[in-house]
Amino acid sequence: MSTPNNDTVPVDESMAKEMIKAATKSSPRHRFSPIDAFSNLPSQARLAISLVFLGFLYVLPWLTWLPVLPTTGSDFSTVLTTLVVPYVLIALGLNVVVGQAGLLDLGYVGFFAIGAYTMGVLTTKHFQWDGILWFAALVVAVVVTSGLGVLIGAPTLRLRGDYLAIVTLGFGEIIRIVAKNTAWLGAAEGISGIPSMPSFLWFKIDILEARWLWTVGLSAILLVIFVLSLLERSRVGRAWTAVREDEDAAELMGVPTFKFKLLAFAIGAAIGGLGGVFYTTRNSAIYENQFAIQQSILFLAAVVLGGLGNRYGAVLGGFLVAYLPERLRFLADKRYFAFGIVLVFMMIFRPQGLLPRRTKARTATDAPQVTVSTSVPSGGAS
Amino acid sequence: MLAAVFDFKNFVDTFWSNAITGLSLGSVYALVALGYTLVYGVLRLINFANSEVFMLGTFGSVVALNVLGYNDASAQLGFFGIVGSFALLLVASLTFSAGAAVALEFVAYRPLRRRGAPRLVFLISAIGASLVMASAVERFGPKKNESYAIARVWSSTTKALFTIGENGEVQIRNVVVFVGSMLMMLALSLFVSRTRFGKGMRAVAQDSETARILGVNTDQIIVVTFVLGGLMAGAAAFLYMVQYQVTDYSVGFVLGVKAFTAAVLGGIGNLKGALLGGLLLGVLENSGAGLFGGKWKDVVSFVVLVAVLMFRPNGLLGESLGRARA
Repeated sequence: MSTPNNDTVPVDESMAKEMIKAATKSSPRHRFSPIDAFSNLPSQARLAISLVFLGFLYVLPWLTWLPVLPTTGSDFSTVLTTLVVPYVLIALGLNVVVGQAGLLDLGYVGFFAIGAYTMGVLTTKHFQWDGILWFAALVVAVVVTSGLGVLIGAPTLRLRGDYLAIVTLGFGEIIRIVAKNTAWLGAAEGISGIPSMPSFLWFKIDILEARWLWTVGLSAILLVIFVLSLLERSRVGRAWTAVREDEDAAELMGVPTFKFKLLAFAIGAAIGGLGGVFYTTRNSAIYENQFAIQQSILFLAAVVLGGLGNRYGAVLGGFLVAYLPERLRFLADKRYFAFGIVLVFMMIFRPQGLLPRRTKARTATDAPQVTVSTSVPSGGAS
Repeated sequence: MLAAVFDFKNFVDTFWSNAITGLSLGSVYALVALGYTLVYGVLRLINFANSEVFMLGTFGSVVALNVLGYNDASAQLGFFGIVGSFALLLVASLTFSAGAAVALEFVAYRPLRRRGAPRLVFLISAIGASLVMASAVERFGPKKNESYAIARVWSSTTKALFTIGENGEVQIRNVVVFVGSMLMMLALSLFVSRTRFGKGMRAVAQDSETARILGVNTDQIIVVTFVLGGLMAGAAAFLYMVQYQVTDYSVGFVLGVKAFTAAVLGGIGNLKGALLGGLLLGVLENSGAGLFGGKWKDVVSFVVLVAVLMFRPNGLLGESLGRARA
């Protein structure tokens, strides 16, 4: 085990961390874990590594000369902007709904669709908002999606567990079919010619180029992560945890569960809508089939694969689900076969996901007591 | 104004034919829904891959047809030839589906149960398994133009028996599908209520921990549950082939979603609920298609589901295989 360098860190903080680590590491096997190693580092080093990694992410589209990373079958920067950005945003939004509030939403693709279609309707034939109005359209798209999240959530969120799952799935499908059957929304052909983000004249760079769109998309992702981390630490985040762990107990303790569930739905929907907006920025054409239920399932797979309840896990999962099928393109029609096998084995060998939910110091030290207390009544009282 | 949305004339004209198609399709829904409901009742698990178990069942029939070699339209079969071939196709479908369901339990679910994984993890594992099954059939299964063609055996089932109303033509296949599914359901309900395994299933559904302590071999019961679910899906697959005569690697997904909807509509975990939900969904969906136009068919079924759950949050008949509430 590596011990942190106490000389360079405020002593009490590092000691507390060390104690937490010692308490959590009760398993007999001490395997090297990069996540633990990272959180054992002094805070300055962690900041430095994070900044370097962020810088690396920002220049990613220019690193096509790297050996393994870039996609071979398709343009790397296009994959990054058209797939990775929307998928990561969606995984983040879905993580709020499923990972934090514990509401199994199988129709999340509906919000993705609403974001994309609102953008499509506002910027093409019906309204033709372009230039600076593009940003207004973005805001409207996010607001509309969020509002529809409330509209759909209000009647359905009184249902629990699997009933909620199937009803949301139904709503996701209804949204797609409505888009398919409404001439105003382009029917089966969908909407084409959606303009990309307007270029900023004062920047002298071609924003339409995929590599710069990646910069914008990545910044949006970081902004969302920042807002979500604030929310998680606030009363809202604690209420979501309470609802997820035991809804009845939360309600009895005075948490207005329905209100917070609705809020989770609205926020999740807004982020999904933003994902939809970014989906249109380079694809420029959308049609209903891109928003089939299978997509919802894939999004959920992304969140669970990355680590349910962990923002960074969701980001990683979203990235992998968008990126792997493209990277595995050389497998051609066998890639979904391969992806399915990866999912099954992943769940068997690491069911908590790649980056598991971070347990607070309190819950970590409480864990042994909890197991003791549950074993007592089964042996004695009953 | 209303006429633009509702097509009453069409609704009335096609009422009986829609009802008959609806009952046939609803029977298939009900059988697949039983697979969901059994596994859910015993394990509290949405067996998401049940749709692909069904899909593999339809390919069981296709493979059997290929083995029999009835694809050339010239072959002539007598009554016993047709009935014998049907029996063979049914057995093939049942074998394929039950085999797939058991394989699913051993590969995708049992290792997770051993580790006490959270419920969502089972769902993702099931999604992975569905992807594997669907893409394996897409890649390695019989190719469309070779063997999905209408075989001699099928064409014998489209003969009309009698007609209800203007155009409510009842064909042999409608009767076969409806009666076949009712027989399967009767057999299942007898199995669950009368046999030792059935008693074990009910015990595990009520309280798996207590059942285990009292000496019920829960792992064995779970395998039996998956076999039963697989058999129901296999029978559904065979009857689906009798009704529609073509299949595809992607046939499972949408039908699976509908069947799950049917299970929830009737009350998941409830065998009678699956039957009621399946038939109701089949009929409403087809009548709705007559009223609003075929393109709104799926919307009708989901709106019905949402409306029912608003007023009866545990489905029409409630949950019953195990405890009353999840």
